[in-house]
Amino acid sequence: MTRPAALALLALVALGGGAAAAAPPLRVGSKAFAESVILGEAAGLLAASTGVPVEDRRALGGTRLCWDALASGALDLYPEYTGTLREEILKDQGAPADLEGLRAALTARGFGFIGPLGFDNRYALAMPEAVAARLDIRAISDLARHPELRVGLSNEFMRRRDGWPGLAARYALSEGRAQGLDHELAIRGLAAGDLEVTDIYSTDAEIARDGLRVLTDDRGYFPRYQAILLYRRDAAARWPAAFAVLGRLAGQIDDATMLRLNARVKIDKIPERTVAADFLAERLGVRTAHADEPRWRAFWRRAREHLALCSVSLLAAILCALPLGILSARRPRLGQLVLAAVGVVQTIPSLALLVFMIPLLGIGAWPATAALFLYSLLPIVRNTHAGLTGIPGPLRESAEALGLPRRAILWRIELPLAFGTILAGIQSAAVINIGTATLGALVGAGGFGQPIFAGIRLDDVSLILEGAIPASLLALAVQALFDLLERLFVPKGLRANPR
Amino acid sequence: MGPILNPILDPILELCGASKRYDGKTVLAPLDLQIARGETVGLIGPSGSGKTTILRLALGLLTPDAGQVRFRGAPLAAANVRAARQQMGYVVQDGGLFPHLTAAENVELMARHLGWEAGRIDARRAELVELTRFPADALERYPSHLSGGQRQRVGLMRALFLDPALLLLDEPLGAIDPLVRAELQDDLSAIFARLDKAVIVVTHDLAEAAFFARRLVLLREGRVVQQGSIETLLRAPAEPFVTRFVEAQRRLAIAPTGGRA
Repeated sequence: MTRPAALALLALVALGGGAAAAAPPLRVGSKAFAESVILGEAAGLLAASTGVPVEDRRALGGTRLCWDALASGALDLYPEYTGTLREEILKDQGAPADLEGLRAALTARGFGFIGPLGFDNRYALAMPEAVAARLDIRAISDLARHPELRVGLSNEFMRRRDGWPGLAARYALSEGRAQGLDHELAIRGLAAGDLEVTDIYSTDAEIARDGLRVLTDDRGYFPRYQAILLYRRDAAARWPAAFAVLGRLAGQIDDATMLRLNARVKIDKIPERTVAADFLAERLGVRTAHADEPRWRAFWRRAREHLALCSVSLLAAILCALPLGILSARRPRLGQLVLAAVGVVQTIPSLALLVFMIPLLGIGAWPATAALFLYSLLPIVRNTHAGLTGIPGPLRESAEALGLPRRAILWRIELPLAFGTILAGIQSAAVINIGTATLGALVGAGGFGQPIFAGIRLDDVSLILEGAIPASLLALAVQALFDLLERLFVPKGLRANPR
Repeated sequence: MGPILNPILDPILELCGASKRYDGKTVLAPLDLQIARGETVGLIGPSGSGKTTILRLALGLLTPDAGQVRFRGAPLAAANVRAARQQMGYVVQDGGLFPHLTAAENVELMARHLGWEAGRIDARRAELVELTRFPADALERYPSHLSGGQRQRVGLMRALFLDPALLLLDEPLGAIDPLVRAELQDDLSAIFARLDKAVIVVTHDLAEAAFFARRLVLLREGRVVQQGSIETLLRAPAEPFVTRFVEAQRRLAIAPTGGRA
């Protein structure tokens, strides 16, 4: 490798990996929906107010990903729900139903939790406040008195074991009176007066926005999803002061408070960090320093992150895939194996691949880079193989008959002849990479995926476009760059119209 | 291994009982063939008769199943094959030029690889341009922008660049239209006479073979049917096949170019 190329690679690695701090900070994560991000921000800001260095790993892909990251030490703390622990994370271990049992089960595994924080985020039934007030309906059992009320439920809730069928049985409601439809449509139907009852999460922002009344689950049907802050015990031992302060959050956020915080984010479009900071100041009297990143600076940071993800993974893929492609062209049997192997990698869904990477590489840029690297292999290996095996036999024989050594044949004849095809493979890999790299936001790698997923969780189309448009433009630019490279470097004699 | 039947002075290429089988099928029965400096041999026969196999054995692109291939007295082996190839020139149908290299780059490829000085390369190129009567202004063109005859001349220049002892031509005029073909035949014949090299020309055209070479080798299904001059083949055919082959060629060629030989 030439010196400039080596320097460029080093620079990209530095950009992609971020400077590795000497002492690891407290890594606070959250899942990719507003409520979780608000809680994560509140925890992070509160911990930072004690002087502990905090790393923000917000809006990660999902429960499995957060839990794996916590278990592997890539995260120290994130907001979770007791119901999720019982129903998903510790499902196979026969997790105890009560809080103290849950705490003991977690302690045995090296985890602990702060809380409950006060609110439940679980399924609930809601009605327009006006209708509920007029008919004096406060609890789900009151619905039995009003069979005329139209019930529209989300399709998922209609099907779930812990959804409508069990609910109807517990409250002796006629199961047939509910119709299934899309959740968004149900909420709109409620506002338009086409429906009177629907299912909702108990802290949904729509409750405040549309003036809904949440009916009391007076027969205790819905499992509890109490919010907690799940953490690693070794982190708590390292920063006892910070965790003592974090303990102050317990019991501070009731359903109404969480609902209001969610509404500020989702309806008033106030950044989660600001909402969290305001809450801490108001409720705990803790002033926290937080600066919102200016838009243009956020844009450049994302562009840098995105480019680093794509270019490091692509460079590494080129370095591996070219020799693999050459090898598989030389050794047909081995070649079939190599092509099959890189093909199988391609069939792994991207999110699954990212999740596989967490235990190995933690969260952040590295797992995303590794996944992109693996995805980039196939187009490059395949095109290198196709380009080399596509060279007509007589040409290769002519080269051999000249007495050129193998290496010289490869460099002077075969690679130049296959160059256009190989370049096309690298181009596909690069363009696909730019699209796939947006998923990196789900493992905390940043990039243009960040505003896209933020926009999705906040129902904010302009935010989605803030990521989607630059990502598309970047893909177009890369496409154009490769077209230019082709014009400059594909041997003139191989073009349709040599100049 | 058969003994060398006709010991000749300065043998360049010797096939000593060399044979080749592919998938259980004999593509070349054990063959003895020697070619000396200054001699031109024409390999003729229908397609699939083993003509090209002989060239590929000579180049070491194939190794014989039995027997030996000797180049300038030494058996061809992995250790010396590349050096031997640099003393052979190989021209295939349509030139076998590398499409990503200009005519000049094709011609100079090996010399550059071997690190010849620029002055030496220029001198040699000029010599060959003159010898092959190639238009010098077309040297910077890519093969796709050359005529068939020009491509063939570039192929010949490339084959001759390192001044090889042995020249192997596989259907060198197979893809050339008739007028250019006659012109190239004359040029080639003159070049062979001037260079004093050992030359093997493979062709399926009896008249063309006879035009280039005094000694003809007629092959059929991997076996030598008859060796000798065109006159021998015409007057004393070794097998009825020889007569059939000659007759078939006569019917094809209305005005055989061989008349000038």
